[in-house]
Amino acid sequence: MALRTAARRPLCLVTALCLLSLVLAGCSPEHYPQTTLLPRGDFARIADDLLDTTVRWALLVFVLVEGVLVYAIFRFRGKPGDPEPHQSHGNTTVEIVWTVIPALILAAIAVPTVRAIFQTNSFPKQGALTIQVVGHQWWWEFRYPEYSLTTANEIHVPVGRTVALRMGSNDVIHSFWVPQFAAKRDVFANRETRLWFKAEVEGEYPGQCAEFCGIQHGRMGYRIRAQKPAEFDAWVAHMQTLKPKGAPTASADSGVHTASQGATVQQPTSPQASQGNQYAAGEKLFTAKGCVACHALYAVNVPKGMIGPNLANVGARSYIAAGTLKNTDENLAHWIRDPQGIKKGVLMPNLGVSEPDSKTLAAFLRAHK
Amino acid sequence: MTAVAHDVPHGLEHATSTGLDSRKVAIWTFIGSECMFFATLISNYLVNKGRSLVGPFPHDPWTSPAGEHFKPILEIPLVTLGTALLLFSSLFVVLALSGAQRGSRKALVGWLGATILCGIFFVGMQVYEFTHFVHEGLKLSTNLFGASFYTLTGFHGTHVTIGVIWLITLWILALRGKIPPSKSLNLEMAALYWHFVDVVWIIIFPVVYLIK
Amino acid sequence: MATRVLDQHRAHAAAHGETSGLWSWITTVDHKRIGILYGSTAFFFFLLGGVEALLLRIQLGTPDNTFLSPERYNQLFTMHGTTMIFLAIMPLSAMFFNYMIPLLIGARDVAFPRLNAFSYWVFLLGGLFLNAGWFFGAAPDQGWFGYANLTSRQFSPGPNVDFWMFGLQILGIASLAAAVNFFVTIINLRAPGMTLMRMPMFVWMSFITQVLLLLAFPVITVALILLMFDRFFGTHFFVPSGGGDPILWQHLFWIFGHPEVYILILPAFGIISEVLPVFSRKPLFGYAAMVFSGVFIAFLGFGVWSHHMFSTAMGPIADTFFALSTMLIAVPTGVKIFNWIGTMWGGSLQFRTPMYFAVAFIAMFIIGGLSGVMHSSPPADLQQTDTYFVVAHFHYVLFGGSIFGLTAGAYYWWPKMFGRMLDERLGKIHFWLMLIGFNVTFFPMHWLGLNGMPRRVYTYPAGLGFELLNQLETVGSFLLALGFLVLLINMFQAWRRPRNAPADPWNGATLEWSIPSPPQEFNFPETPEVHGRDALWEMKRTRGPLPEPARVSGAGIHLPNPSYWPAVAALGVAAVFVGVMLLGHIGPWGIVAGVALLFFGVYRWAFEPAG
Repeated sequence: MALRTAARRPLCLVTALCLLSLVLAGCSPEHYPQTTLLPRGDFARIADDLLDTTVRWALLVFVLVEGVLVYAIFRFRGKPGDPEPHQSHGNTTVEIVWTVIPALILAAIAVPTVRAIFQTNSFPKQGALTIQVVGHQWWWEFRYPEYSLTTANEIHVPVGRTVALRMGSNDVIHSFWVPQFAAKRDVFANRETRLWFKAEVEGEYPGQCAEFCGIQHGRMGYRIRAQKPAEFDAWVAHMQTLKPKGAPTASADSGVHTASQGATVQQPTSPQASQGNQYAAGEKLFTAKGCVACHALYAVNVPKGMIGPNLANVGARSYIAAGTLKNTDENLAHWIRDPQGIKKGVLMPNLGVSEPDSKTLAAFLRAHK
Repeated sequence: MTAVAHDVPHGLEHATSTGLDSRKVAIWTFIGSECMFFATLISNYLVNKGRSLVGPFPHDPWTSPAGEHFKPILEIPLVTLGTALLLFSSLFVVLALSGAQRGSRKALVGWLGATILCGIFFVGMQVYEFTHFVHEGLKLSTNLFGASFYTLTGFHGTHVTIGVIWLITLWILALRGKIPPSKSLNLEMAALYWHFVDVVWIIIFPVVYLIK
Repeated sequence: MATRVLDQHRAHAAAHGETSGLWSWITTVDHKRIGILYGSTAFFFFLLGGVEALLLRIQLGTPDNTFLSPERYNQLFTMHGTTMIFLAIMPLSAMFFNYMIPLLIGARDVAFPRLNAFSYWVFLLGGLFLNAGWFFGAAPDQGWFGYANLTSRQFSPGPNVDFWMFGLQILGIASLAAAVNFFVTIINLRAPGMTLMRMPMFVWMSFITQVLLLLAFPVITVALILLMFDRFFGTHFFVPSGGGDPILWQHLFWIFGHPEVYILILPAFGIISEVLPVFSRKPLFGYAAMVFSGVFIAFLGFGVWSHHMFSTAMGPIADTFFALSTMLIAVPTGVKIFNWIGTMWGGSLQFRTPMYFAVAFIAMFIIGGLSGVMHSSPPADLQQTDTYFVVAHFHYVLFGGSIFGLTAGAYYWWPKMFGRMLDERLGKIHFWLMLIGFNVTFFPMHWLGLNGMPRRVYTYPAGLGFELLNQLETVGSFLLALGFLVLLINMFQAWRRPRNAPADPWNGATLEWSIPSPPQEFNFPETPEVHGRDALWEMKRTRGPLPEPARVSGAGIHLPNPSYWPAVAALGVAAVFVGVMLLGHIGPWGIVAGVALLFFGVYRWAFEPAG
């Protein structure tokens, strides 16, 4: 308040520069796993190239126009006693020029835009890996009709092969967003929307729902794993062993008959003997506590319309509860005890699971890889 | 908008910029806005046309899964009569206005009464139609046809009803000799509104009843 | 007739103590008083919306924050958006329409003074209705554009959406009534000699705004009616399981919603076009181009709505059409910006507080316009939509644009409205806090959006890189709030000073500066004659410097009578909607009572005896 006008201006400048450098330090896209600015797929690259084009023009216009504005501020600053300036009412030539130039710039943006619109709208016809995406309040279901597989909240795709997404919603509108490889499309109940991309770089990336869809819209994340074709095939082959009617297993009482599907769950490979008892206990709890009513523990030929996420390979996922918590024993047990406390409004009710039971269940589930 | 009709602007003190009475400009402005209201309702009807999952349907018979048979539900002859009367009422209100401007109270009261009767018949026809449809098994929530039909024609009917109330108010004033030629604008505004409501029906009638 | 001769009224009013006090505000039909009612109500809601924003910013300041519960966050962001649009920016514009349009065109009042009072009361009740949800723990929580089918009874069973739906419906009635009124006022009540092409630019932009209101609001009215039927009477307009289509809601909403954006910004365009010439001591550059670019923007505004819906997969043809029409809008908008700079060019710039805000408006609006062009390109928009990039964009347009413009107008017209000058030093502190705070808050959002932060998330996990910039934004938002605190101090100090503002403190160009500050009840003792654009400059040019206008008795001037029937009718409107809310509890009787009250109010109003 006590600053004189003369002193205030450089101070503002310094402040602005400090803030700018802070912003610049934070803006490098490498720091953002969910960034759209480092495209790793063809669709995302189309969007990014267009962004580059528009940003280049926008920066040019920005610098020129703001520059002229700032120049005018200093050049035409009035002093006391100045005479009345020339009373100009306009200049037709100048006005035509500054109508035409922006129109030309926009044309330069429009041409690649229209080309890209048609490119992005041409859905791949053959040779693509089709994946069905179903949005649920507040998690994602992924189905691979080619392999009769279903999984949830973690989608595996091979690099180098075009992926064709056929998408829908089980309830309200969501938006499936793959910032690194593609972009986003809204998903609707009773209306299919489509998206496609070809992943070019392997890795595990986060993604999340982009359309407000209710209380837990903020916790509707998923992971996307782009894998080398061989790794992807191995994953598919492994998932295909997670069948509803598994082979007889080491411990006799581990093949629990599930209530809703009439299917038994295959036990994961070679559990230790001491863990075997715990596993069996967990399996019993899974039925007794009613988990089985909403969740499937197998990946092959899962019926549509299951209420909860598929858990066939839940132990192999990096996150649980749609990106809410890291997948650890402790977190999973906590989640089983108190889903409403962690993710209020989620469709999974608090089932009154005791702490030891929740640990047993967590261990059982995390054995499903 | 009755309120507008009687809200006297201070503009009466001096000439207005256009030379028109502000109330007349206002009613035209209001009608312009109302055009968008009905354009949206009609668009909604057209968007939902043919998308009903279950019957009864407007122009086609339908057999329910339970085996119940439904005829096409629209009753075109009755509505055609109502349409004709509504159209005639537009003529009557012009004659009433002409009477008011000439200072002929007899013409004013007579033709205005005729207009009101036509309006009442139209509303009555709609009440009958709605009751009949509900009886036939078409409720607001039955299907998209029912929902968009009742919404569109219902809001038009509401406009007709408000018009009738407005005209009855003026008719009572006319009976008491309170609409001299100098105040004929009060009737002119109601007449403009009435014409608008008729014109909207001329669009709704073919869209709903005639186009299959 | 419902008019009165002034001196009689004065005597009557003095005898009944009616000239001030609550009752005189309830019954007022004076456009200036109604303008102040609009302004103070809107400013209150603006502060409320600002506090809501601060709470949102605190929540987002750190990752995985639990400061707000998810449902509270969703309520706050919904109400922040709805409040700022419908209860702050629109009525702040309405304050200037009310107070300034009659003064700028040399009229004694608006065309329908009582309808004007009705608009205000309906607006007030609509705003209260919208916010009533807070008291029931059920504030609207579905986002300001209320996308179906999240708003269906199945997915939003509580009354939250009902408060929003009926609140907007009530506010729509207020807006439509006001739009008819101002449309007619501008068409019909201009002073002799004020042809359309001599109207001040604020009047022109307000006029276009009224046209947009008249044509856009009926669409949202119908959309809200359909939603009401879905929620209350079991129809399936937007419910997929019954064959309905949630995308229809998006179309209807944005056919209203995009013109609504211009409803929010055009008044600010108008204010800037008044402020810049006065403080550049030079007429507006390219008056005709400014008029026609405004008309063109409004016209195109009805043909671009689907650019809000590129991610819904409309197909390449629709995408192309809406992309090109959207880009086209940049042309007339650019013309406006260049003409504003052209106005400053070669002028003698007087850097008083209103000018600071006006120049910042141009600088900020350019940024908002350019990011707008960036997402006019659908494939690029598929990455940007529903992220913080869009949040950055519309805050640059609505805050950097509308709010900066309205603030410029507030500092400019304050002496005229209240007869007191605002402090220049505090004004400039306010300006710098607001400019810096605004940019620190919203500029990083561009980066966050492009780097993957979706909007409307109540929190974000650590590790996505969002921490630093979000923290910075939270700091910025408090700077911004501090700026408005300075404004409040400035207003409070001004209120304590004597009313000594001159009639024409800025060497104004328009008619309102030819009468005392604040103007007398009848505005102009005699109707001014207009001989050119910038009517007052024209008068000063021909007659030389004008003397300070004297306050005159105004005896013999006819003014409309005060009336409380508009307020009664407004209560009826609100009661109808309360009745619908209570349909399940008390049956249709609430609605019946509301309709009866409405008709009673309207009839008493219509047949109110002569003054």
